[in-house]
Amino acid sequence: MSDPNALERFLATDPVDPGCAKALEMLDAYVDTLLAGGDPEKRFPDVAAHLRDCGPCSEDFEGLVAAVRRGREAAG
Amino acid sequence: MTRCPPAVPQSAGGPDLDEESAAWLRALRGERREAAVARLRARLLGVARGEVNRRAGMLPFGGSELDDIAEQAASDALVAVLAKVDGFRGESRFTTWASKFAILEVSSKIGRHFWQRDGVRLDPDAWDRLPARFGLGPESGVEWRQTILALRRAVDEVLSDRQRRIFEAIVLNEVPLDVLVVELDSNRNAIYKALFDARRKLRAELAANGYMGPEPRTR
Repeated sequence: MSDPNALERFLATDPVDPGCAKALEMLDAYVDTLLAGGDPEKRFPDVAAHLRDCGPCSEDFEGLVAAVRRGREAAG
Repeated sequence: MTRCPPAVPQSAGGPDLDEESAAWLRALRGERREAAVARLRARLLGVARGEVNRRAGMLPFGGSELDDIAEQAASDALVAVLAKVDGFRGESRFTTWASKFAILEVSSKIGRHFWQRDGVRLDPDAWDRLPARFGLGPESGVEWRQTILALRRAVDEVLSDRQRRIFEAIVLNEVPLDVLVVELDSNRNAIYKALFDARRKLRAELAANGYMGPEPRTR
C-alpha cells in the first residue's frame, strides 16, 4: 500500500518523548490507570508519546496489560 | 522473641497503598517471607509464561526454548523485585509493578535468544528495499527517488558513526532493537535515544533541503 507520508512520519520525533527508561519506570502506573478506566494519555502524556514511537516498549505495554488482566481474571 | 510485621506497610514516600499491595509488602517483610517469596516467584513465572505464549506467534522459535526463557525471566524478575521492593512507591498495585519486571525480562531474553541464534546480519542492498517499506514507489509521484537519495546522503553526512550504525541496523535491516542492544552491549534506552536523535537530524536535514516540511513543535 502506498503511503507517501510514512517516511516523514517515521522521521518525526516528539519532544516530550522521555525515552525508554523513564517511560518504563511509569509503565505500571500507566497500565493501572488504563485498567481502572482512567485516561493514561492525559495523566502521562510523555509516556504515551513514547509508546507511540517505541515498538519494543509498546510491546511490553501490551504484554503488561494482558498479564494484569489475566491475573485479575484468575483472582475472580 | 516474636517480631510482628508492621501493621501498615509503607511505600517509599508514594501514595497510600491498596490493601492487596500492603499485604504483599507485609508478607515480604514478615516472618513468613520465604513463603511469600515462593508465592511471588510462582506469580512471576505465570506472568512470564503468559507473555512468551502471547509473543509465540511472532517468534521463530518455540517449545522448550520459550519455556526456558520464561523460567529465566521469572528468576531474574524475582531478584529485581526483591532488590527494589523498598523503593516501591505505590503508584500502581504491587502485582502490576512486579509483573512489569517479568515482562521486561521476557523482552530482554527474547532479544538475547534472537542474537545467539541469528546474530546481526546487515544486507549491503538494504537501501534498495527501503522505499517499499515506507510505501514509496512509482505510484508515489516523481519525487520519491530524490527523497530517498537525499535521505541516503543525509545518513552519510549528518549522522555520527554510532547513529549511522544503529539507523542502518534497525531501519534498513529491520534488526529488532532488543537484539541490537545485545550486539552493541548497550541498553534499550541508549539505542532508542541514538535512533531518536538520528531521526531528528535526518528530518531537519531533509526539511532544510525542501524534501519535507519542518518538524512540528509537538505531535
